[in-house]
Amino acid sequence: MFQKSKTVMASLAATVALTTSVMAAGHAKLEGDLVIFSDMSNPAPRAVMEGMVERFGALHPDLNIELTVIDREAYKTQIRNFLTANTPDVANWYAANRMKPYVDAGLFEDISDVWAEPELADLASTKGAMTLDGKQWGVPYTYYQWGVYYRADIYNELGLNEPATFEEMKSNCQAILDSGRKCYTIGTKFLWTAGGWFDYLNMRTNGYDYHAKLTGGEIAWTDDGVKATFANWRELIDMGAFIDNHTAYSWQESLPFIVSGDAAAILKGNFAVPPLREAGLDDSKLDFYQFPAITDGVALAEDAPTDTFHIPSGAKNKDAAKAFLKFVVSAENQTLINNGDNLGQLPVNAKSSVDDDKFLKEGFEMLSSNSPGGVAQFFDRDAPAEMAKVAMEGFQEFMVKPDNLDKILARLDRAAKRIYK
Amino acid sequence: MSSSTKAATQSSWYKRNEIAVTPWLFLLPGVAMFLLYVIFPIFQSINVSFYEWDGLGEAEWVGLGNYEELYWDDAFYVSLRNNLIWLVLYLLAIPAGLFIALFLNQTVSGIRLYKSLFFFPFVISQVVVGLVFTWFYDPTFGLLNQFLGVFGINPINVLGDERYVTYGIIAAGIWPQTAYCMILYLTGLNAVDPEQIEAARLDGAKGWRMLWHIIIPQLKPATFIAFVVTIIGALRSFDLISIMTNGGPFGESRVLSFYMFEVALSEYGFRMGYGASIAVVLFLIMLCFIAYFLYSMYQDDKGGR
Amino acid sequence: MFPTPIEKSSRSWQLTYQALLPAALVLWLLPLIAVAVFSIKPDSDFTTGNYWGLPTSFEFVENYGKVFFASDMPRYLLNSVLITVPTMLGCVVLSSMTGFALGVYKFRSNLWIFFMFVAGNFVPFQILMVPVRDLTLDMGLYNTKAGLVFFHIAFQTGFCTLFMRNFIRALPFDLIEVARVEGVAEWRIFWYVVLPLMKPALAAMAVLIFTFIWNDFFWAIVLTQGAESQPVTAGITSFNAQYRAAYHLMSAGSIVAALPPVAMFFLMQKHFIAGLTLGAVK
Repeated sequence: MFQKSKTVMASLAATVALTTSVMAAGHAKLEGDLVIFSDMSNPAPRAVMEGMVERFGALHPDLNIELTVIDREAYKTQIRNFLTANTPDVANWYAANRMKPYVDAGLFEDISDVWAEPELADLASTKGAMTLDGKQWGVPYTYYQWGVYYRADIYNELGLNEPATFEEMKSNCQAILDSGRKCYTIGTKFLWTAGGWFDYLNMRTNGYDYHAKLTGGEIAWTDDGVKATFANWRELIDMGAFIDNHTAYSWQESLPFIVSGDAAAILKGNFAVPPLREAGLDDSKLDFYQFPAITDGVALAEDAPTDTFHIPSGAKNKDAAKAFLKFVVSAENQTLINNGDNLGQLPVNAKSSVDDDKFLKEGFEMLSSNSPGGVAQFFDRDAPAEMAKVAMEGFQEFMVKPDNLDKILARLDRAAKRIYK
Repeated sequence: MSSSTKAATQSSWYKRNEIAVTPWLFLLPGVAMFLLYVIFPIFQSINVSFYEWDGLGEAEWVGLGNYEELYWDDAFYVSLRNNLIWLVLYLLAIPAGLFIALFLNQTVSGIRLYKSLFFFPFVISQVVVGLVFTWFYDPTFGLLNQFLGVFGINPINVLGDERYVTYGIIAAGIWPQTAYCMILYLTGLNAVDPEQIEAARLDGAKGWRMLWHIIIPQLKPATFIAFVVTIIGALRSFDLISIMTNGGPFGESRVLSFYMFEVALSEYGFRMGYGASIAVVLFLIMLCFIAYFLYSMYQDDKGGR
Repeated sequence: MFPTPIEKSSRSWQLTYQALLPAALVLWLLPLIAVAVFSIKPDSDFTTGNYWGLPTSFEFVENYGKVFFASDMPRYLLNSVLITVPTMLGCVVLSSMTGFALGVYKFRSNLWIFFMFVAGNFVPFQILMVPVRDLTLDMGLYNTKAGLVFFHIAFQTGFCTLFMRNFIRALPFDLIEVARVEGVAEWRIFWYVVLPLMKPALAAMAVLIFTFIWNDFFWAIVLTQGAESQPVTAGITSFNAQYRAAYHLMSAGSIVAALPPVAMFFLMQKHFIAGLTLGAVK
């Protein structure tokens, strides 16, 4: 308790320092328009985004902030468009390779100068994910663990424990299937959810380095290691571990299956917790475990995607944009927006406190101490966008028609040869 | 003095040529806009299809490279196949529209309202139609599967199964298209010559024979228009696919128009040249029909005034 | 009349027909009726699996209130109006002129220009997409309502010219001849003789254009983004993302988005059908 209030005090102090330095850096009051495009379209993130705009606006009353929230899936296809054409001053995006095309095309502003300021030293842990070519291209605002969220009450009823190995995972699953339920719910309509399964199966089967080389184009998709990953995946598919008809659902539409108890678990990022709680799964019913080990001796590695803000190079009000970015990453704001009432995710600022929430604490612990293999962003952020699209389409096809594996891998290999050339 | 003569000759030149010049003045704004936004872009697209271009940097000439890649691209053939399925099945809207028109071509009270309500689906945007049908097909609660469940049939995941998905979307598209054809035929039926019908009745024709030999030939103009709008509708199918499946599962419901958009303007795409080459193929398919339509209209025009 | 008028058939068939009509209608509109029912259901009906039963409570105000007061829908609707109405006016102006030129005057390239309009009107959108997007960008009109309006006017001029030209051709040509003999200037013939006669056609065309443009989705996502300029067809996807899996709200939103053309259709039914079926009878 004392610890916590101390961090809050520290963060408050930091905020005061930050706000004053923002004022100083801007030399004068911020004026004009600040156009923000955001992909935080789900209800909780949307409220967070609107709240940030409101609070930032209150600090800078002369600034006219225009916020446009775009559907998260549609945003992915629009960003390229608006970065070239109708550039906002601030835009959401994702870290690592996912921002590479825009960095390479000169569409994101180099904001190394912002990172050079002392208060951003507290963001050191995520600096790597924001760095390309030795420069920083944006700031993170949140990150979150991935893992298996499961129905504790169902596990108790069947006398199951959190699995530590793939064997246990499968035997648990068999017990769940025998009780007339499905083991995992998933909605693959927008493809990327299948990417999460591939990430974990591949990182557990072949390790983080192998996975990084695969997404980086250094290992062929027809490699035996990849095939071993798919063989493990196939065991689950052949058991009938996943819900039927998952191709028809978005991830949101796949949640009712775990809420109703027709499925016992979901592999997902921590952003799934707020809607699941909303739907009535309290902490006695919902719990979390780290994806179990598969190959002995392969160090555990995790997916922990970082969501970000960037300044497009065509931005008109870069001063205000930089001030906004600094506001976003400030310790106080980070504590606030990532707490359980808001995003329910992990703050990027070391001076912020992780909310007193069981999933956040567990996730934070897992990422800081039990992920020796490394931390990946996510399949569609680590692999180039075009490759990610083709590959995730292949994953979806594999989940429905595992017999097509050879055809799929050959196709991915052909695509990789073109994309990574 | 001299300026006024000039003005006089000018106005008289205009007066003399008024009938020749006026149409061009009237055409100018419309033709200019149309050339700028429709005709030139067609040629620009054809040109772009010979380049590799990401829409930002320099375009690189690749000759027929994009077309060669199309030749090896499985997704292209899937799209092409689906386009053909669309073309063939969409035409079912024509007989379906005729059937409903025949059903409604009565004079009972309130029939006007019925006709309007039957026409309803056509007025609604395809986006909404797509949403409505997505729920209709939903494998857990969709009305379709509730209905099949009554007969003990297991739920069919229409939009998530590569075998059914295209047909499912086409069915959603045929719904408003049938309404369109229906209204065309209702108008056509109004104009059918009653004397011919009476004459045929006296000859003992009725039912199917009457329909086939007397009515349908007289509905030829309506059928022609129905054919034109249905073909165009089939080749323009984009909204429904985008809303209902986003091309999935694993790209099995793509058609050329959707694939082109995906390649050229999505996060994963921005391959303008490759997209343009897909558009050119689609254009060439359409061109066959356009040529046929224009030919028919030309024949018509010669017959008329 | 075909088929045989119902009054002339047996009493039992008459009754069957009367019963069949509403049944067929309900079946035909079933998906829409379902959505209408969805839109007044409470949230709890969906969590308890009461998808197709009667609503347990009537939440019309609550659901539609959310659509109008807790989302960007009003802005999208306004954008749609601001895109549709100028397009309608632009098309009416341009095509009454082109239609007049092609319908009244005989000159050598007349038919070719006419065919250019018709052919262009049938072209797949995708072949125009890349260049039109670039053009709009170059003019600085990307992501503006004006950018969409200009394109729509230009493209719809193809269809409208076809429409107006055929209509004008069916007008009595003598009127124009008489006016010419009297020495009336050509533009005055257009304004005082032809235009008044075109009124019904213009009304029909305007209603059609309204529906086409209101329902456009493709160009909306190619040329605009975000609530400041996108029409409601594109906005509905953002709305749905905000309320994904909240079927009652998505239904209410869809109905709101679909309503204006429906209202237009019922108000202007005669013109609408006259427009659509032009040429369906000879």
